[in-house]
Amino acid sequence: MNLEIIFFIVFGSVAAISSVLMITRNNAVIAALYLILNFASLAGLYLTLNAQFIAVAQVIVYAGAIMVLFLFVIMLLRPENEKKFLEANSKVKVFAFVIAGFVFLQLMYIIFFSRPSNIIAKNLNASVEAGTIESIGYILFKDYVLPFEAAGFLLLAATIGALILGKKKIN
Amino acid sequence: MTITIEYYLILSAFMFIVGVAGVLTRRNAIIVFMCIELMLNSANLTLVAFSSYLGSSVGQLFVFFVMTVAAAEAAVGLAIIIAIFRNKLTVNIDDINILKW
Repeated sequence: MNLEIIFFIVFGSVAAISSVLMITRNNAVIAALYLILNFASLAGLYLTLNAQFIAVAQVIVYAGAIMVLFLFVIMLLRPENEKKFLEANSKVKVFAFVIAGFVFLQLMYIIFFSRPSNIIAKNLNASVEAGTIESIGYILFKDYVLPFEAAGFLLLAATIGALILGKKKIN
Repeated sequence: MTITIEYYLILSAFMFIVGVAGVLTRRNAIIVFMCIELMLNSANLTLVAFSSYLGSSVGQLFVFFVMTVAAAEAAVGLAIIIAIFRNKLTVNIDDINILKW
């Protein structure tokens, strides 16, 4: 029982349970808080996978910036309780869970049919090397400069779009 | 017992179908949006797991780009939700059907 197994069990179970709790809460603020818990435990899983840079970016960008935006909008809009719908339309719910279960079965079939662990075995040194900010930055500015600039333009376009949408009433 | 890549893939698949079920059952537009973020994150977990087990940085680089797109999507999507709320005073997606014929 080494540390990796313990970390995987703890963070993985927290991630799974908090995602289920998130979609079953009526109150949107509590759902957002469970989603933040889910993102934080995902950052722990990334650390277990030796991806330090992505773990830090996950905490800063997702659990920090994006979820603050979500909580801000939820508290701004004060969405009404949807308990009435959740009790009434049970047919839609059954349909949704049938579809979700079907997708899950397909994914399980693919995972257990192809068995990627037969081909891929973890090389600890290569894994640690791949997760450092040095190697990610080297690849980013050597081979992927064009996508990096495109991402910058995308963020600029999103900022302008959000400003225009939020500026005044649309008729 | 060692943690093989299947454990991460199963966890990621579970989080993805929880997101799918949330999108299909919930009627609050903001919670539907949060479920989409959950599905994006489960895909990120798969990418990081494969990147770590293969010893290649490119998967984590792609997660970085996915985070950029998710941030842009969250900003624009929440602005759209606010604009809809201003006009119709609701975020229930059953009441927002102006594009339906």
